[in-house]
Amino acid sequence: MTSPMTPGIAADRLSNEALAQNFADLHVPLEPHEVRVAADRCYFCYDAPCVTACPTDIDIPLFIRQISTDRSEAAAKTILDMNILGGMCARVCPTEVLCEQACVREVSEGKPVEIGRLQRHATDRLMAKNIHPFDRAAATGKKVAVVGAGPAGLSCAHRLALKGIDVTIYDARSKAGGLNEYGIAAYKSTNDFAAKEVAWLLSIGGITIENNKTLGIDMTLDGLSSDFDAVFLSVGLGGVNALSMSSEDDTCMSDAVGFIETLRQTTDLASIPIGRNVVVIGGGMTAVDAAVQSKLLGAEQVTIAYRRGREAMSASRYEQDLAASHGVKLLFNVQPVTLETLGTSAALVLEYTATKDGRLTGTGETMRISADQVFSAIGQTLATDGGLALDGRKISVTGAGRTSRDRVWAGGDCASGGDDLTVTAVAEGRDAAMDIYATLMGGAN
Amino acid sequence: MADLTTDFLGIKSPNPFWLASAPPTDKEYNVRRAFEAGWGGVVWKTLGAEGPPVVNVNGPRYGVIHGPDRRVLGLNNIELITDRPLDVNLEEITRVKKDYPNHAVIVSIMVPCEEQAWKDILPKVEATGADGIELNFGCPHGMSERGMGAAVGQVPEYIEMVTGWCKKYYSKPVIVKLTPNITDVRLPAAAAKRGGADAVSLINTINSIVSVDLDSMSPEPSINGKGTHGGYCGPAVKPIAMSMVSEIARAPATAGFPISGIGGVTTWRDAAEYIALGCGNVQVCTAAMTYGFKVVQEMITGLSQWMDEKGHKSIQDFMGAAIPNTTDWQYLDLNYVAKAVINQDDCISCGRCFAACEDTSHQAIVMSEDRKFSVLDAECVACNLCVEVCPVENCITMVQQPAGTVDPRTGQTISDGYANWTTHPNNPDSVAAE
Repeated sequence: MTSPMTPGIAADRLSNEALAQNFADLHVPLEPHEVRVAADRCYFCYDAPCVTACPTDIDIPLFIRQISTDRSEAAAKTILDMNILGGMCARVCPTEVLCEQACVREVSEGKPVEIGRLQRHATDRLMAKNIHPFDRAAATGKKVAVVGAGPAGLSCAHRLALKGIDVTIYDARSKAGGLNEYGIAAYKSTNDFAAKEVAWLLSIGGITIENNKTLGIDMTLDGLSSDFDAVFLSVGLGGVNALSMSSEDDTCMSDAVGFIETLRQTTDLASIPIGRNVVVIGGGMTAVDAAVQSKLLGAEQVTIAYRRGREAMSASRYEQDLAASHGVKLLFNVQPVTLETLGTSAALVLEYTATKDGRLTGTGETMRISADQVFSAIGQTLATDGGLALDGRKISVTGAGRTSRDRVWAGGDCASGGDDLTVTAVAEGRDAAMDIYATLMGGAN
Repeated sequence: MADLTTDFLGIKSPNPFWLASAPPTDKEYNVRRAFEAGWGGVVWKTLGAEGPPVVNVNGPRYGVIHGPDRRVLGLNNIELITDRPLDVNLEEITRVKKDYPNHAVIVSIMVPCEEQAWKDILPKVEATGADGIELNFGCPHGMSERGMGAAVGQVPEYIEMVTGWCKKYYSKPVIVKLTPNITDVRLPAAAAKRGGADAVSLINTINSIVSVDLDSMSPEPSINGKGTHGGYCGPAVKPIAMSMVSEIARAPATAGFPISGIGGVTTWRDAAEYIALGCGNVQVCTAAMTYGFKVVQEMITGLSQWMDEKGHKSIQDFMGAAIPNTTDWQYLDLNYVAKAVINQDDCISCGRCFAACEDTSHQAIVMSEDRKFSVLDAECVACNLCVEVCPVENCITMVQQPAGTVDPRTGQTISDGYANWTTHPNNPDSVAAE
């Protein structure tokens, strides 16, 4: 058994008991009495700001009122009507910058209604009873291919299935769920929730999932377009951006996305090797997820190094504080230069940065921090564009996800517009489905 | 320091907070501890006639309306009068009164509507040394089915008759406790006065079914699948009780008649309001049953601080002070014009004022694109609904419009004179205001 002090990169730094505790649910479910008190705090605002702030437009005051009268299943239906992945969104949404930030109680007293936890209560209750409160419409005879079984693809598929369209989802991975399954910190989706939610979602019927099928390898967009009435692309961002820095030892460099995935898929957390001194380069949610989980695995010192100031971090202040409260050190305005190896120890050289004439540049002044392991979390990139027109580095879409190609829609992280959030992907998938439905049925008339 | 001592019908107590006749005052053990905790007096749980005592149900006696955080808003009970032998209660009352000469000990009594029954019990009660008696003409469940309690309180002639017997066979003050389960509470109050009572106390509990179990389809509290109405009390009944108190305080036949106020007194403020409406003291039950005897300490210190702030040296200083301001609708000043004003700095943009006004009132609040809410004076009737539904206290206020200005709603210039419905031109019975 190693310990947090063991030099280098090592597995088994913490006991299984400690790991189980560390990776338990970040936000424990509300107890029944807490639910009543939390729900009572909602003012049932007119044209509520929280609804406006929700990318999926969930009628939050209504579902909270339904909870307050002990009708949590009805509340869940209200949520799922707009957001079929309401269970996962209740766990991973950055509510602090969405609904809860807009809550009038946040404005007035700095303590918003706990919308996320109430949403989780309602959706958990429904799923625990294995209720699927939707029935498919009569078959339309139409069929649609969805590429990518992440939040956007699942949302689109469910809505299409609901409307009587048959859906085939192709996904490159062996499991459906996309980032819900592979890309979210383990303590936000405990107890195999992502997989359970997918299974629950599929119980609508009419959706077939073909795993291990990659666009461009196993099928082409042309082929899908000829085999189906429409195609929805929700392939996400399959590639990771690489750091531009020199390193004397590449073995201690890895990408945060892969690390997070490994954590999510393992059944033995202790087996995952982690550095004594870990540095995560980046400023987004992926950086925070990687840093916090490094600490939870038993790393002694964990640092997030971000090249801009705190205010530019895409991880919310809540996420930053979550990292800090776990003992992660946040360094701002520094960029990696090189990784030096001196015998058994390694040090990361960081250069301070400053913005001059609107451009970020190094100041020449440097610092060194111990770094047995460096994770890169500087963004992801589109792995396949299917030959579609791009907007920047994403598939260009207009309206409800219409791409440059007829009868091909796109949504989620791979498509332009919207934040790269689960909830945004769900909204885009849902809206594209409605547009696809209208287009296909309109065409039939 | 304000003096909280009260003299009610010549009965002295260190403060105006008495425990009402109810489970908390059913035995010596409780009453001694209540006095030690600070209660000024007790009305001993109602005694029945000599003989085998009543029996209570052996299932739940209480039902409650809760707030979302389990705050007790209203309490319902189906308990009867004391189910302990008469002589045991009398012995305990005697001992307690002897040990607490400066605290008020009142004995509640309920015996059949026959002169002999009262003639039998009253000398025994007198012998205890207790300071007075309270006639339980209000209990609305169980006992009323046997011709006692509310069954008496609902017939003014019975009240007058029984009160007369009590005055005949008992030398100390007689308080008549009134039931609210009646159309006009002034009639039983006047009957009590005619019968010679020294005071009335009100209200007893209100007929109530607090909930229905939707699985068993039984009212609650449920006794083996069946329920009955109980008596409702607690914070929820305070407005009803205060209105009844005010009616008695204002009625010519009973004006100035001593009143002991009962119904939802939970804090010092509740007590101050009852006293302002003319009560000489208050009786408390639900607050003690919810929080224990210690709750009186807040009442004592709170009332004392408020009286000091207001410069009231004694309870007498503000007793009845709100009665002159309690009037009939027809005498309200129709020349008083107010408009709602929303303080934009305090507004949290919840929109509740807008929803309430737009959907259910006078469409006098407008909402801008950026969720700013403002009042249309041309539509605002000053109904106060926006004030009451606003989650932020004092964010919306009703501001009196100055005389001489034009009310944009009516187009009329606001007069500084007083005018009410009795002289209003729309009133077919109006008296010409020549």
